Amino acid sequence: MNGLGALLRRDLSLAYRQRAELMQPLLFFILVITLFPLGVGPEPNTLKMIGPGVIWVAAILSSLLGLERLFRDDFQDGSLEQLILSGVPLAAAALVKVFVHWLTSILPLIIISPLLALFLHLTEPMYWALVFTLLIGTPILSLIGAIAVGLTVGLNRGGVLLALLLLPVFIPLLIFATSAVESASMQLQYSGQLAIIGAMFLFSLALAPFAIAYALRVSQT
Amino acid sequence: MWKWLHPYAKTEKTYWLCQTLLPWFSVLGLVALITGAIWALAFSPADYQQGDSYRIFHIHVPSAILSKSLYMGMAIAAFVGLVWQVKTAFMSMMAIAAVGAVVTFVSLVTGSAWGKPMWGTWWEWDARMTSQLVLLFLFFGVMSLYKSFEDKQQASKAAGVMAIVGIINLPIIHYSVEWWNTLHQGATLMKLDKPSMPLEMLLPFFVSLVGWSSACGAIVLLRIQNEILRREMKRPWVIALAQQNVTQSNTATK
Amino acid sequence: MYFDSIQDFWSMGGYGLYVWLSFGIGFLSLCLLWLDSIFAKRKLMSQILTEQARQVRIKAAKQKQAGSSV
Repeated sequence: MNGLGALLRRDLSLAYRQRAELMQPLLFFILVITLFPLGVGPEPNTLKMIGPGVIWVAAILSSLLGLERLFRDDFQDGSLEQLILSGVPLAAAALVKVFVHWLTSILPLIIISPLLALFLHLTEPMYWALVFTLLIGTPILSLIGAIAVGLTVGLNRGGVLLALLLLPVFIPLLIFATSAVESASMQLQYSGQLAIIGAMFLFSLALAPFAIAYALRVSQT
Repeated sequence: MWKWLHPYAKTEKTYWLCQTLLPWFSVLGLVALITGAIWALAFSPADYQQGDSYRIFHIHVPSAILSKSLYMGMAIAAFVGLVWQVKTAFMSMMAIAAVGAVVTFVSLVTGSAWGKPMWGTWWEWDARMTSQLVLLFLFFGVMSLYKSFEDKQQASKAAGVMAIVGIINLPIIHYSVEWWNTLHQGATLMKLDKPSMPLEMLLPFFVSLVGWSSACGAIVLLRIQNEILRREMKRPWVIALAQQNVTQSNTATK
Repeated sequence: MYFDSIQDFWSMGGYGLYVWLSFGIGFLSLCLLWLDSIFAKRKLMSQILTEQARQVRIKAAKQKQAGSSV
């Protein structure tokens, strides 16, 4: 437990020192969303219709950008190897790292989302649905993404490969999340979609840490 | 059963097993494919609703069924490889991946060519076609992950993990796409209900299915052999085999 | 034979393009995959022999070197 606490503190302070790098996916997120009104025209109704999908796709893409650095530095300077040898259960350690990653590079996206909701003319119920789906859904991105990051960390050129591996897997999440927001736009209940996303979250929370740990062990040999 | 299976963890045994099975699969595949195609194209009656376009069924459905079975097979091979550290299981995994990708591609193209006369578009975001497209990407993902590693042992483990992540996700993707599809398009799709196919349509279908499965089986066996040769290049038995192969082909050309 | 003439057979009741496209691409892909596997096997066999010949040469050169240095 002590080791995990230390890891949590270390990762948080490391993230704090790399603020500038953490900002990049956030800026990417905002930029992608700014591009859409320019691309499809400023018609508020069109924007409202594509808004939820655009925000979710942008969130998935920018989380992919941020994911790459999840284990990269630790792998390069050897601290990942020490973590594996340290006796701390690796699955738990991976979970801590994923949690810190979510906290530092995805939570800002959710915090900035009101601004983007304004850009895309989302109504208030839509906005709340968006925030709820992002809150429950983005941890899935981090958890499942971390498996693929763990597998590709030794490759040094994981970027596009990571997208190829992960985007198909994220399709169900995208479908349920955007449909929740759509239901909200029609004043309908969306607890069903949220429950499914929640189930996916719990499922990946239970299994992904072990897969991440295995992936890291494979990469380290 | 374990005792019976265990020797096949050795590459040499597996190579010879493939070699014995190969002619059977090849001949059965070739005969059934040609019979099935001729039967389906020239002899089976046309559908009363769809006319002759329904003949695409005989190539589309076997490839669609097979693509899913091949993914299943790939994931099982990955599981066996990861749990029991069986090298040959990983080799079969990669052999199946290539064949699976091609078969999935065929099912997509034929589905699209069937969709044009029936639905009026080459591409419809139909639930089955969409999940088939995702399946193709999953195959590509596993293959490109394997290709990007220098160390093939590490590559097979990584690709195996990805194959298993894929198989867990496949049903979720399938049902989510189906649900999404019903949400978006309602009754615009033409429902192709098939009230109990007549025997003269069903038989060529079974022959085609057998043909596609055995042909794909034969290609998988060939590719397993290739993987074995690639990975065991420096083993004495492989070198002896290659030398024997060369003298054989030399005498054949003389 | 279900069709009356060869013409009928080719046109497939107006669906000729789609039917022949499907069967063509299907069998073409399968054939290409098969050819790829066959040629890969052939290439591997010759690769194995070149590699083996290289190993033999390396061994011979090493022995020669060892002999000359003594």
